[in-house]
Amino acid sequence: MKLECKVNGENREADGVREGESLLYILRERLDLPGSKNACEQGECGSCSVYMDGMLVCSCLVLAGQAEGREIVTVEGLADENELHPVQKSFIEAGAVQCGFCTPGLIVATHDLLERNAKPSDVEIREALAGNLCRCTGYEKILDAVKLAAAKNGNGA
Amino acid sequence: MTATQAPGKSVGAPISRVEGHLKVRGAATYAYEHRLDEPAYLHPLQSTIANGRVAKIDASRAEAEPGVVAVLTHENAPKLEAVGDAELEILQNGEVGFRGQFIGAVIADTFEAARYAAGLVEIEYEERETDADFRPDRDDLYTPEQLNAGFEPDTSVGDVDGALASAAVKFDATYTTPREHNNPMEPHSSIAVWDEGELTLYESTQGVYWTQNTIAPLFGLDAEKVHVISPHVGGGFGSKGLPHANVVLAALAAMLVEGRPVKFALTRHMMFSVAGYRTPTIQRIRLGADAEGKLSAICNDVVEQTSKIKEFAEQTGTSARMMYDSSNIQTTHLLAALDVAVPSWLRAPGEAPGMFALESAMDEMAIECDLDPVEFRIMNEPEKDLESGLPFSSRGLVACLREGAERFGWDGRNPTPRSERDGRWLVGTGVASSVYPVFSMGGNAATIRADSDGKYVVEIGAADIGTGTWTTLGQIAADELGVSFEDVEMKIGDTKFPNASGAGGSSGITSWGSTLVEAARSLREKIEAEHGGNIPDEGVEASAKMPKNPHRKEYAMYAFGAHFVEARVDEDTGEVRVPRMTSVFAAGRIINAKTARSQFMGGMVMGLSAALHEESVLDTRFGHVVNHDFAEYHIPTNADVGELDISWIEEDDPYVNPMGSKGIGEIGIVGSAAAVANAVYHATGTRVRELPITPDKLIS
Ligand code: FES
Ligand code: FES
Repeated sequence: MKLECKVNGENREADGVREGESLLYILRERLDLPGSKNACEQGECGSCSVYMDGMLVCSCLVLAGQAEGREIVTVEGLADENELHPVQKSFIEAGAVQCGFCTPGLIVATHDLLERNAKPSDVEIREALAGNLCRCTGYEKILDAVKLAAAKNGNGA
Repeated sequence: MTATQAPGKSVGAPISRVEGHLKVRGAATYAYEHRLDEPAYLHPLQSTIANGRVAKIDASRAEAEPGVVAVLTHENAPKLEAVGDAELEILQNGEVGFRGQFIGAVIADTFEAARYAAGLVEIEYEERETDADFRPDRDDLYTPEQLNAGFEPDTSVGDVDGALASAAVKFDATYTTPREHNNPMEPHSSIAVWDEGELTLYESTQGVYWTQNTIAPLFGLDAEKVHVISPHVGGGFGSKGLPHANVVLAALAAMLVEGRPVKFALTRHMMFSVAGYRTPTIQRIRLGADAEGKLSAICNDVVEQTSKIKEFAEQTGTSARMMYDSSNIQTTHLLAALDVAVPSWLRAPGEAPGMFALESAMDEMAIECDLDPVEFRIMNEPEKDLESGLPFSSRGLVACLREGAERFGWDGRNPTPRSERDGRWLVGTGVASSVYPVFSMGGNAATIRADSDGKYVVEIGAADIGTGTWTTLGQIAADELGVSFEDVEMKIGDTKFPNASGAGGSSGITSWGSTLVEAARSLREKIEAEHGGNIPDEGVEASAKMPKNPHRKEYAMYAFGAHFVEARVDEDTGEVRVPRMTSVFAAGRIINAKTARSQFMGGMVMGLSAALHEESVLDTRFGHVVNHDFAEYHIPTNADVGELDISWIEEDDPYVNPMGSKGIGEIGIVGSAAAVANAVYHATGTRVRELPITPDKLIS
């Protein structure tokens, strides 16, 4: 089948899509956007988090067909090369990035949190990131990064 | 926060990782993400029996499926050289040695086509009885010739039995740790391409040269015909150290479609059978002490598992050989060889399970001796390394224990279990020591080029698996070159750069850093001697190999640490929470305060995870891991982690390496599970000797 959707502000299409392909697969393998990661493929880790029509979703759980006509924003769409988003800067500064494989999902989830809630409490931060697994950092610096981004009035979007 | 570092002042500074800006944008290229034309996708066929052989394999329906390019089975697989490694020599016959073993692959134009067609391959087996039952009373346990990293399996100093018989205080208990899986977030991934007899592998690996040196002989190639590219790796924790059969499968498949890149990423499910794991262990610890609490006997008898097709013997008992003072020390290791997947490295192989048992036992023994567990450890501090007889190059355990006790507020602790409660929560505290050897690995070389504009390019085939190598090696080079950090560009993660060992055994910085220091010195000398102290217009470069460290023969080298944990246990449900943990490390000079903290913390939390969550459940009838995903094999989420207080003591160790640093990738995990278990005991009065400490073990 053919899939058309808007990704990071551009109209994109993919041809010959097989039923069963996930939005994550489309993004990574057909649209050259490998920023969203595949770490579990079944909705347990949050590494594949993207926006679909403004909602945070696990793109591994979205069937390609469900993305038809939708508007997708991935980690690649949050900032350009020359100017990082404050959330991205905060992750680097706080030391919240190690191997970086969980990072894109966390960046999108944090971006979403701060869009909705510019000054989240610790509990709200933990709740918002509850679906994101990280095997490297032990999480503490990730929580610090979110607070740092909020303090910078991180929601530049 | 990449403020310019003054020349010579980079080491120690909390410099943000240089590749961070790529990672936060999703622009860092991991193995599966290299852009190559017309890639084909691989989906493996995995054995559904644990022991037997493939009697018949019919791929005709799969081959007829649109999009399928080829089906690889043992019937058409290219021949591999016999290198004596049955884990890697796949598809050479139909033999099956464990459930999940690769028995073939479908290669197709898209991943979903490959996955679908894999289900159409019809396979018949001749099944033999599965023997996957890990028990200490098996009659076929055997002593391996040597343990991982070359350690002796059995050691004995003095007369343990005699000392135990005459000890005023005796202790004897058995601890178990389960099979655990590394589970880096990035699944093991490869893109393999053959071109005119040369193989290029885009790999998620802890060592490009480790991969090259393992894969080349299998394909009968000279090492330089295998190119390995691995700039960014999404974690490894040991499982991407020794290459596993997934790399061989990708390379075999790529041979069938010569010239076309073949992409293969394991799924999370597959990682539970083919990517290595920590063996389950059963450890009987015996301790003897005099009436004052001076240890007279230390003994760890270990039983653990390996695979029938390939031996891996974890060095579980080694820390008991050097940790505490005693004239009588004995350690033994027995293996059960089963129809199971091949165990391998998982962060601190040996020390992690071994120190869970020893440090739990030390807590129990302190109680038997009526001593504070911190003081008990300190009074049994050895003067030298009892295994080698050498003095320690530095040993900061006592300082860590004292400093940690102070930071944590240990003094005045009421030793009585169940002495504190907060509503329905029983509150307790526990302590444990940590240790990890300072390993160094051979085969390192580096090249540094100076350009006339004062910029330096440093090349070494090292790995950054999230550890911070891109940054820390730049700091080391900058200081030795006497320039600022920003003037040094690192090039790592590729076999086009000079030979390097991998990221394993916390040996990376010691091995690579020593090599860089040597190369920087040569370059400076060359600039001085041949160019009058000025970099010529055309630039200048120098190379060096890692020098031998003469002090290795003179000193025993280890990093140490101490963990303090507060645990809260819900009296009714048995739920365990760890609201705070304080750890202090003595690990020589810290190269980068920011990345180091992350390394320590990640290790501590992985130990916490071992204490409370991680357990792979094997169905012994069929030999497979039942809970093979994150829904059922639990690793911590942010809710499981409370306040973590991490610090390190100043330690000046001139012997370990020219930087004075000790590896820190593993020291954080060692002992941290025991500290949790000891705190749980103090909270509840229930001693759990079988990890993980799940609620059912606390509400009997
Ligand atoms: S890959 Fe989508 S949640 Fe893990
Ligand atoms: S940084 Fe490696 S998984 Fe989070």
